[in-house]
Amino acid sequence: MEINRRNVRQWARLGTRGVFGQAILSIAPKHSDLMVMSADLGSSSGLERFKNAFPEQFLNAGIAEQNMVGVAGGLAKEGYNVFATSFSPFIAMRACEQVRMNMGYMKMNIKTVAIGSGIGMGFLGNSHFGIEDVAVMRSIPNITVVNPADCAEVFKLVEAAANFDGPMYIRLTGTANCPIVYSEDYSFEIGKAITLREGDDLTIIACGSMVHESLQAADLLAELDIQASVVNMHTIKPLDQRMMEGTINKKQPVITVEEHSIIGGLGSAVSEYMAPLHERVRHLAIGLPDAYIETGDYQYMLEQQGLDAISISKKIQKFLKS
Amino acid sequence: MKHPKIAETASFMRRKILDISYHSGTSTHIGGALSMTDAMATLYSHVMNFDASNPRWSERDRFILSKGHGVLGYYPALLAAGLITEEKFSTFQQNGSDLIAHPVMNLDLGIESSNGSLGHGISMAVGIAYSAKKKSLEFKTYTLVGDGETNEGSVWEAAMLASHLSLDNLTVVVDYNGMQNDGLGKEVLEVNNMSERFKAFGWHAIDVDGHDTDALVTAFEQSSNGKPKVVVAHTIKGKGVSFMENDNSWHHNRLTKSNYEAAIAGLTE
Repeated sequence: MEINRRNVRQWARLGTRGVFGQAILSIAPKHSDLMVMSADLGSSSGLERFKNAFPEQFLNAGIAEQNMVGVAGGLAKEGYNVFATSFSPFIAMRACEQVRMNMGYMKMNIKTVAIGSGIGMGFLGNSHFGIEDVAVMRSIPNITVVNPADCAEVFKLVEAAANFDGPMYIRLTGTANCPIVYSEDYSFEIGKAITLREGDDLTIIACGSMVHESLQAADLLAELDIQASVVNMHTIKPLDQRMMEGTINKKQPVITVEEHSIIGGLGSAVSEYMAPLHERVRHLAIGLPDAYIETGDYQYMLEQQGLDAISISKKIQKFLKS
Repeated sequence: MKHPKIAETASFMRRKILDISYHSGTSTHIGGALSMTDAMATLYSHVMNFDASNPRWSERDRFILSKGHGVLGYYPALLAAGLITEEKFSTFQQNGSDLIAHPVMNLDLGIESSNGSLGHGISMAVGIAYSAKKKSLEFKTYTLVGDGETNEGSVWEAAMLASHLSLDNLTVVVDYNGMQNDGLGKEVLEVNNMSERFKAFGWHAIDVDGHDTDALVTAFEQSSNGKPKVVVAHTIKGKGVSFMENDNSWHHNRLTKSNYEAAIAGLTE
């Protein structure tokens, strides 16, 4: 699928989960070894069309995520290129130990896709939120953790993931009407962060849904003559060492922004990188609090938790003055 | 006895179980290894199709040790089958060894998967069996599950999917020795009527004396009428060593020199 203005507008309306379904459908003809799995959330994961078009390459494991990941291990062992999907906590936590054994310990070529991670599930509430998933998945050896910035990046990532031999946790954030970061084609490589904006005063490193908010926050800061670089750190593990090195060499403050608990996510990964360095820079980690938050619609919760562009820009201003 | 080779293999395995357990100098899962020995000997010396000189042969039958702590009943079967050498076997639980207290996937040694956490291997076996069906490959998939292991809910998730997918190329052996870490199964968590449970999940279930190798062969060879098959092997924990039989202190224990010598003497009597 071509990344152009018309397509990205249509994808943005669908949101990341609908686009995941389209992306996997579009790569299927090129990947006869593809097997897509769901735990009775196929229609909620944008997979209805895939299931109808490629019934032989779709396996519904029923409401049994642990077994789904275990079966994915057997399929991957026999050469299938497996994408196993569910909502974030049901993979990263319910089936965590199956992920650990099959993907971590045995390095099976499974891509788990966490639909609706972060707080995108809105009124479904904290039971359905993915606020600890990066912390859990990042701590398991051998697993690559990726959180795409927008719908176009979901396309790029699904394509790259299908050609990537190794276990991966794909985390989809945002809802329908997902803001657009990329409206034309670009070079995407797993593990290689992308600088979206250059500025001399500070660097914002963001992932997933927070990339767009951070770009907007950078616009707001620019109005105050504060120039921010913005980096799309779509791959949270392994962290792009070269990008981190370049960022710290600038000797400017670093701000991490993520739709994830402040514990264990991108902010922690950046802190872990910087801690042993002789020359560190100041770091403000913006994310969700260590709490199960009051539920509302997505935008309400982002604003309540200070993850909208205005709040992010205010937090950065305060930090720079402190 | 119709299949003396199996009995010979089982006898060889029991001696090897005692040998490596003793020489490891540590506590090992010995009781459950002795209960599964006859089923494993039957699989590896009669039922399963593999080529010891080419352990990665794509058409080999697959075996997954879902009951991962049963390695003492597994490595000796691989040794008897020629998949691992005496030299490799003797490295059991030495620092840096490929052979530790739970299997670590190593296709060159015939070890198909890493296990240790219960309730995982059966799911992988379902995935492998389904893959064979999809690819129209003839090989069969076997997995051995402990009766205590069936406490794990994921075992029943896998059982549901296997019958839903009509995986008649999958055979589960339940090593039903009636005991688990904390004591008698019926006191910890009752899992009686095992074959009835599997039948209710849509499986072809066969109860056998898990130490009667002829009965095991018949069970393994029986048609399952398009369903996945479970062979519920009724076994005795510690089978073959009189002072270990049905004594759960041998679930995980260390053999002293005198224990070892008495056990070996008992085997040869």
